[in-house]
Amino acid sequence: MSTDLTPVTYYLTTPLTDADVAKLNIGDRVFLSGIIYTGRDAAHRRLVELLDQGEDLPMDVKGQVIYYVGPSPASPGRVIGAAGPTTAYRMDAYAPRLLAKGLKAMVGKGKRADEVREAMVKHKAVYLTATGGAGALLSKCIKKVEIIAYEDLGPEAVRRMEVENMPTTVVNDVQGRDLYAVGREIYEIKS
Amino acid sequence: MKEIPVTDIRNAVKELSIKANRELGQDTLDAFARYKEKETSPVGRDILDQLIENARIAREEGIPMCQDTGLSVIFLDLGQEVHLTGDLSQAINDGVREGYQEGYLRKSTCHPFTRKNIGDNTPAIIHLRLVPGDKVHLWVVPKGGGSENMSRLAMLPPSKGLAGAKELVIQTVKDAGPNPCPPMIVGVGIGGNFEVAPLLAKRALLRQVGERHSDPELAAIEEELLEKINNLGWGPQGLGGRTTALDVHLEMMPCHIASFPVAVNIQCHANRHLEVTF
Repeated sequence: MSTDLTPVTYYLTTPLTDADVAKLNIGDRVFLSGIIYTGRDAAHRRLVELLDQGEDLPMDVKGQVIYYVGPSPASPGRVIGAAGPTTAYRMDAYAPRLLAKGLKAMVGKGKRADEVREAMVKHKAVYLTATGGAGALLSKCIKKVEIIAYEDLGPEAVRRMEVENMPTTVVNDVQGRDLYAVGREIYEIKS
Repeated sequence: MKEIPVTDIRNAVKELSIKANRELGQDTLDAFARYKEKETSPVGRDILDQLIENARIAREEGIPMCQDTGLSVIFLDLGQEVHLTGDLSQAINDGVREGYQEGYLRKSTCHPFTRKNIGDNTPAIIHLRLVPGDKVHLWVVPKGGGSENMSRLAMLPPSKGLAGAKELVIQTVKDAGPNPCPPMIVGVGIGGNFEVAPLLAKRALLRQVGERHSDPELAAIEEELLEKINNLGWGPQGLGGRTTALDVHLEMMPCHIASFPVAVNIQCHANRHLEVTF
């Protein structure tokens, strides 16, 4: 695997096409704008249960982006509280099902399972990371928020968000490469 | 006998829960700046800049620095000559409830099977210790779930020795990778028993970033572990770099002749802990 990274910066607006994601390489910076959806483990479990029952999802995921986030409540005058990414492996059991339905990108933090990476290659999708723990900073990119499903889950409810230039980095691309493996290789000092 | 009403504790828990989530400690901020100077990865430097900016926004705009505003871990050192009037546990939980409601903090406790949110971030995890004197010392530690999930306890065979304990610490950080939001602070507890080693590791996290153990032997181990962890190459957010950990804090106590408990408690860069003395 090549360890040469020459990151390119892209400004993408949702919904995303196959061509939008196919050009992305690990390490590239992507500023996302447009509508994205949120979901964590509890919501994913319900979405996959709907698919199991042959029912429609509360949103069409084709060409869409799911942001793994459970925001803190909005204080007066704000549309949302802190809203940084949560750890993505907890969605690994469910993600391939949504990728098969046309989901084009997931935003979270942390490593993905082999099955999810394979599903990204198969269905042409990418995994992006936003800076974990930078919830205050990332909240500034979120312009509108509306709960569209599972309000009973509180912070874990599915939200439709309008974002503007949300900063992310490509971790897994459609070629099956993994920035976590490549990045560490460059900076490791072996004793 | 000095009397302290538990309402004082309740109010402090409430205020410190809000403040800890909005105002990152100067020790952590100084560490961001210090490590940024040494970071050779451009992506790593960019992320450290984002964390500095994130802390500024949180403090100035009065919002939490991270959406995971934590499980409420409370350490309380209670002087034996103090009489607390009222129900202490209830006061602490009331303080958490009010702080998380009024501070617009996320409620992150749930039923372990159904995953139904409890709705008010209770119950707090309370560690009470009786100490000599007539003071009460309280720490409020909102602890994030992502870093807690990457923590580890091992009951090593004593034959593994100190080298085995060091290897466990390094392996834990290596396996955790990007998941616990590096740059992290690594708390290590060695000795005690099955329940005490993790508690030593968590107490170790209460220390200031950059503060070495007072025992020179343990301080040297901390420095060695920090260097080895930063040689792993994970870097800020695991995207590659030289800043994987901001510090390693070790606490130790004797253990059973048959045992060698080693616990590693990982703290993300949202290193929130505030304390007050009554």
